[in-house]
Amino acid sequence: MLRYITRRILWGIVLLILVSALTFILFQVFPTTDPALLRAGRNSNQADIQHIRVELGLTHPIYVQFWDYMKGIFLHFNFGYSYYSQASVTSLIFNRLPATISLTVGAVVLWVVMGIPVGIISAIKRGTFLDRASMTSALTFVSMPTFWLGLLVLYLFGQVVGLVQIFPGPGSYVGLTVNPVKWFTSLILPWFVLAATQAAIYSRLLRGNLLEVMGEDYIRTARAKGVREGRVIFKHGIRSAITPVLTVLGIDIGGLLGGAVITETIFEIHGIGLLNIQAINHSDFPIVQGTTLLAAMFVIVANIVVDVAYAYLDPRVRYS
Amino acid sequence: MSVQSEPTRGAGPEPTRGAVPLLQVEDLRVSFHTDDGVVHAVDGISYSVDSGRTLGIVGESGSGKSVSSLTTLGLTRSPRAQIEGRMLFDGRDLLTMEDDALRRVRGNDIAMIFQDPLSALHPFYKVGNQLMEAVLSHRDVSKQAARDRAIDLLELVGIPDPQRRVDAYPHEFSGGMRQRAMIAMALANEPKLLIADEPTTALDVTVQAQILALLEGLQRRLGMAIIIITHDLGVVAEIADEIAVMYAGRIVEHASAQQIFASPQHPYTWGLLKSIPRLDNPRGEELVPISGRPPSLINRPSGCHFHPRCPYVREAHKRIDPRLEPVPDDPGHEVACLLQPQVRGSIWRALQAGQTPAAARRLVEPAASAPVEATPLAEEAS
Repeated sequence: MLRYITRRILWGIVLLILVSALTFILFQVFPTTDPALLRAGRNSNQADIQHIRVELGLTHPIYVQFWDYMKGIFLHFNFGYSYYSQASVTSLIFNRLPATISLTVGAVVLWVVMGIPVGIISAIKRGTFLDRASMTSALTFVSMPTFWLGLLVLYLFGQVVGLVQIFPGPGSYVGLTVNPVKWFTSLILPWFVLAATQAAIYSRLLRGNLLEVMGEDYIRTARAKGVREGRVIFKHGIRSAITPVLTVLGIDIGGLLGGAVITETIFEIHGIGLLNIQAINHSDFPIVQGTTLLAAMFVIVANIVVDVAYAYLDPRVRYS
Repeated sequence: MSVQSEPTRGAGPEPTRGAVPLLQVEDLRVSFHTDDGVVHAVDGISYSVDSGRTLGIVGESGSGKSVSSLTTLGLTRSPRAQIEGRMLFDGRDLLTMEDDALRRVRGNDIAMIFQDPLSALHPFYKVGNQLMEAVLSHRDVSKQAARDRAIDLLELVGIPDPQRRVDAYPHEFSGGMRQRAMIAMALANEPKLLIADEPTTALDVTVQAQILALLEGLQRRLGMAIIIITHDLGVVAEIADEIAVMYAGRIVEHASAQQIFASPQHPYTWGLLKSIPRLDNPRGEELVPISGRPPSLINRPSGCHFHPRCPYVREAHKRIDPRLEPVPDDPGHEVACLLQPQVRGSIWRALQAGQTPAAARRLVEPAASAPVEATPLAEEAS
């Protein structure tokens, strides 16, 4: 098992290097505004711009730039400096990470709390009004794009712009350590927007899995040996049906930690997603590179965690 | 407390109940409402089993044999199922029993084992835990006592090294061992009735014989009744005292095992017998498959349900629905067939002598059928 994890981590590192190489190439191939021009400002002459280019290392060929970048990371854990603000990428990311983590954790809790019970109840009460109502609303939420749902809830409930102004609107986010109450209230709408679609997806997924599992032979065996129906459903049915859901959950969390671009933008939450968008707008390559690597790392780590967890959840799976 | 910690039933042999059988099924009907129509899975069957005896229920898939036994445990209950008749077990009607009362019967008084032991065991739980669950669902004993019982049960069904095997997962067992574990689970509470639904079908031939021998041995030791459901007459030949042959939801022939093999009466039973290889058949004799397919249980054939597949069909058989009636001069033997008893006797003798069904028919046709009834033969051939 330890060997398996080690191998997976080493492969993850290789993958991260490939991801950053790809980001380098993409940034080179696609037209962007000259970062030096942006940095120099309006009242600058060619000499200044050229000077900045040299300073940023932009005059070197791309492979030298890539080599220098890799050296910085591996030798000094230095991910470079923003072209735009000159702040170090590491410090920018660590500044923004708490907001993204807050957003992710709350949304995950919310969608698990909503999606899982709804999925279970729908499967058990299959074909009833309750099942149909839940699955119809789930389908509705699945069909709503995040940017639209985000604007909708702001229009309905957001302060300053909403019809019924009961929740704080865009830009109201403050850190947990600054003011826990404001932190919580400001995140209610973003959490809901992020969680709604996911809760719908999870409830549908779990319902489908559970319905399938409840038709399995081993469920019939459990009933045939006189196990109580509640125990049949929870210990035998849900135990099997929830395992694939947990897999998806792990990967979703990994993905979200890389930044929820749309939700963070709509609600002006200064997290990784918003940082990334702003960096792209400023052709601020080191930040884009940093956030991309961070997102890729979260996805890779989540995958490793899920695979390792699976070996504990399903005894038939063993890694060697 | 000391009484409770002993998971076995009271010592001593069961008192004999005289004429009342352990399980008495009377006119059981089970139908399911589906989008395609009403499926008449079981259509008025009656049978009974006594303690220490074995009933074999034989038929193809879709004959209703599994549905009837699942109904015994209440496992076919659903809003879409309509269940009628009576099913008296120890004097109580299983069909009208409350869900929770029936749950207490399941796995306790009546236990069941299934066809595919791999899919019938939960893949995520250790075999021992699944055995313990069977004990703990009905007995108020400690976990340690249940575990000890699980180890005893594994030993009882001949699993080597039960102390260690109790902590193995089902996928770590071989097919035969899994079925042994299933049997152990069924025996956890020393049931009075064990229903085995195709217990050997998914197993290798050598393992099949072992499992059947195990069931027989356990029956002798524990005195339970067994209902064995199979499509394979070879299996019931070894183990059953009595055999009921089912076709399209009905019992078409019912007799002791000796009677069924010595003088089978129903063309379907003949078909089953002639389609299995036997060592005592003449060398070089070909196996004769039963032509056609099992009928739809939504739109069943008119008259005798077997008539579309019967090589000896007469025109009248397509209109008249045969009842299960005693066979003359063969006490305890019942058959639902419209052919005359002496005609059936001649056909079976001809089949035994290695004749094909068509030849056997020609043999009896001139004697048994009026000229008017000769036409359906031509019709059928077209």
